[in-house]
Parts: sequence; C-alpha cells; structure tokens
Amino acid sequence: MRKTLILARKELAGYFISPVAYVIGALFLLVSGVWFFHKIFIPGNEASLRPLFEAMAYMMVFAVPLITMRLLSEELRSGTVETLMTAPITDTEVIMGKFIGVMGFYAVLLAGTIVFLALMYAYGQPDSGVAVMGYLGMVLLGSSFVSVGLFTSALTKHQLVAAMISVTILAIFAIGMQEMVAYAPSPWNELASHVNAMTYFKDFARGMFDTRGLVFFLSTTGLFLFLSVKTLESRRWR
Amino acid sequence: MIDVKNLTKWYGSVPAVDDISFHVEKGQIVGFLGPNGAGKSTTLKVLTCFHPPTSGTATVAGHDVLDESLQVRRKIGYMPEAVPFYPEMRVGEFLKFRASLRDLRGKQRKIAIEHVAKRCWLSEPENMMRRPIGQLSRGYKQRVGLAEVMLHNPEVLVLDEPTIGLDPAQIRAMRDLIRGLGDDHTVILSSHILAEVEQTCSRLIIIAAGKIAAEGTADELRRRVLGPSRLIVELKGADDGEFISSIKAISNVRSVEATAAGNWTRLTVQADTNADPRSEVFALASQKGWQMRELRREIGSLEDFFVQITYEQNVLAGERAVASA
Repeated sequence: MRKTLILARKELAGYFISPVAYVIGALFLLVSGVWFFHKIFIPGNEASLRPLFEAMAYMMVFAVPLITMRLLSEELRSGTVETLMTAPITDTEVIMGKFIGVMGFYAVLLAGTIVFLALMYAYGQPDSGVAVMGYLGMVLLGSSFVSVGLFTSALTKHQLVAAMISVTILAIFAIGMQEMVAYAPSPWNELASHVNAMTYFKDFARGMFDTRGLVFFLSTTGLFLFLSVKTLESRRWR
Repeated sequence: MIDVKNLTKWYGSVPAVDDISFHVEKGQIVGFLGPNGAGKSTTLKVLTCFHPPTSGTATVAGHDVLDESLQVRRKIGYMPEAVPFYPEMRVGEFLKFRASLRDLRGKQRKIAIEHVAKRCWLSEPENMMRRPIGQLSRGYKQRVGLAEVMLHNPEVLVLDEPTIGLDPAQIRAMRDLIRGLGDDHTVILSSHILAEVEQTCSRLIIIAAGKIAAEGTADELRRRVLGPSRLIVELKGADDGEFISSIKAISNVRSVEATAAGNWTRLTVQADTNADPRSEVFALASQKGWQMRELRREIGSLEDFFVQITYEQNVLAGERAVASA
C-alpha cells in the first residue's frame, strides 16, 4: 500500500510538470466556464449545476483519455517500465498507484469547477444535496473512465493509439449506448440501457443516489483495473 | 550468489538464449561478453525478473527468479541498457522516488542518497541534484542510473552495457567505480567491448548465438586461445642452422623456425604450453656471444579469440537465415 501511494504521488506530481496536463485542464475549465455562464448563470434560471455536470461528463469522454494516455504507454516507450518492474513492486501496486495518481489529478480538475458552485451560492440558493450527488457522480464516472484509459495505455507504447482506443470505448458506452437505447430494435435497446453510462450518471446529476449506478461504475472500474494488471503482467511473458 | 541452470529463453519463435548454465560466486565481478544480439541482455533480463525463463532455472541470492521474484528484486540493483529515465524528474527527486520504492525512508533515505551521490560524482556541481534528468548529458545520466541501482546497497548489481556512450575519461572512472564495487557486491555486467570487460572483471563469460562459448578468467581464456606459447627472438652472430640447433636443445622447446630479417635472423620458437624459455634463450645468447635485439613472448590477444567467436556466430546466423528462408 505504501508503494502504491509513493507511485501515486509521483504520477500526480508528474501532471503538474507536464504542459499537456495544464493545457487539458485549462481547456476543460474554459469550456465548462463558457457553458456555465451561457446556460446556467442567467438571472431567473434554476440554481442547479445539473446541465453543467452533464456537459462535463461528455467532455470527460475526450479529456480522460488525454490525461491517461501517457500513464503506461510512456513507460513502455521509454523503457522505464523495465526499471519500474524490476523494482520490488507488484504489478497490482503499479496499476493502483497510477490509478490513484490520475484520480488525484481528476479531482483537481473537478475542484476547479467549485468556483461555479460558489458563484451560485453567492447569487442564489442551490440545492446542496444535488451538488454533492453531482460531484459524487463525477468521481464515480471518472474512476470508470480512468480505468478504461489506464487499460488502453497498458496495451500500446503509442500514446495516441492508446488515447484513440479509449475515446472509442468511452464514446460507445457514453454516447453510442444512448443512441442504441433510442433507435435499436427491442431486445437490443433493453440491453443497451443496462450498460449506458450516461443514464446512471444523469441520476446522480439530478441529485439521486442510485445504487445501480454505484455498482455499475465501481464494477467497470474494477474490471478495467483487473484487465490493466493482466495486460501489464502479460508483457513479461511476451 | 547467482546460479543459472539450463536457462532457455525464446522470444516468440526466436531463441535468444539457448540452454546456458553458469555460476557466480559472491564478490565476483563477472563480465558478460558477446557480440550484439548474442543473448546478453536477455540473460540479464531473466536474472532481474523482467522476463521469465522459457525453461531452466535461475536463482539469485538463494531465491528463484520466478517463484520469489520480489525477494530477488529486493536484492538486485539493475541498470538496463540505455538507462531509461523519466526526463521531467529532477535528479534528487528521482533518487528519492526510487529510494522510497526500495523501502528506504526518512533519514535513512537521505543518507543513502547522499552516499550514492558522492560515490557517483553527482554531488560535485552543487545544483546537480536539482537538474531535470532530461537535460543531463549522457555521462551524467549514466551516473544517475548507477547511483540509483546502488541506493539500497544491493547484494547483486546487474549492469547492462554500463559504459556505452561515455567518453574515455568517464569510461575510466566508471571502470574504477565498478572495480571498487567488487569488494562487497557481486557484479554482473555486459559489454560487447572486450578490452573493457578484461580490465574490470575477475571472470569472463563469452556468449555467442545464445550459448556460452567460453568461460574463465582472462588469463585462462588467453591460454586457451594461444595453445603452446611462442617466443619471437631476433639474433645476429651465427648462421641459421646453429641458432636452430642450439635453441632446440633447450628443454620445453618444440620447434624453431628461422626467417631472415635484414642481416638479422628472426626465430619463431614454439614451446610447450605454459612454458616460458625466455631466460634460457637469453642465457644461451650471452654465452655464445650472439647479439640480440628482440626477445618477447607472444601474448595472444583475446581480441582475436573474440573476433573469431563473433565471426562464427555471424556465419551461424547467416546459415540459419538461409535455412529458414
């Protein structure tokens, strides 16, 4: 556990050195800021961050792969994976360390949006419960997105390839499934509705604590972290 | 300390290491010598638990690399070829990170870092520890790499091509450092440059085409290369026939050949293995009043041997390529 945290700290610190992270962070905050002032922060409007949460969730489909792509790809490309994996640290510790590190950076990104909440408290009476649930939903959604990104990063030494694969996977579950729910014939739309990440997320954004969503996000996180560990392990055998 | 038995490693359908066995005693500095692609790095990667062996076993400090990988990794310091780094990290940060992964903390960690920094000449320019690794020159990177593997004072050091890319002064410094490590560490290093291994290592393992071609101390190997020892003598003062018959009379001498070298006679004397009849030849010459301008024992170079092995490997590889085509 200690080594996991050591690695997590190193990863998190790495984000604050890399320009890519600042660019992504700035873009994310810029777009959510525009969204906030354009759609929500209007006199007479409902004091709720819900539309912003939904927009942020869609942004994460593209933002998360960009922040996770280098995690293992870069180690594989530069060969540091060799020094890392010959240190007394298990594959699970490596994956968990990286995961916690990115989640730290993700939390920093989210924390930047608290400004909007503060503005709303200053000019209106937003529902605190909804805000708390919204952020919880963002964290849950983020953890499953990050685990997908981590997994694809373990697959290849090319960062861009990793990013493209994870954008594809995330888009299928966040956007594609919604389309399937709407347009696919009978048994398929039913099936799609169970793996549609956005329905689960929207419940949280509305201020609902939905255990189905909790289970969905946590189990996908677990699944992709498991797959990442196995992919990393399999590198030894090739 | 290190025990390798019938180790074989295939990369897919390509054999990289083919049934090799060797043993390294504690405190030895062993040089792995071989042409590029001979299987040196692969063997080291198996020893450091980066790759599992396809078959055979390897134990380091009494732990199997497969079953007790973590224990092995705790006892080994491994510097891979080309010394990969996180370029954005600062030297001090990097050492701190690696030391933490090695379970060093607090004061212990600080002492360890100071110690290796001093030992690897990193403490000299004061700002060295604060420089990002990506900005360092090749030689300094290599030093950081070496400092890193020594942090936890491992029993076994595995260095893959430690001097590649260094300038001559740095190579010499690195060599001295490695030689100094032999006192309380077991070191395995690989190289494709013979002179280097010869000077640092107490034992050489020459590996070619995935197999061990020769093994022993540099002197042992040299003897094997040379076969019977050979003297070159240049004399004046008698005719060839007299030179040959008198020198042949010396015990241990097997044959003598004479060739003309201007108005001198150049004699090639073949003696028994390990025999050195130089003093006898000299005594003979002074007794007979011959003039002598050269008397030397031919030291066969390991270089020749090594080149020969490399050549054979290349021929073999060529045949294999032809066969599979």
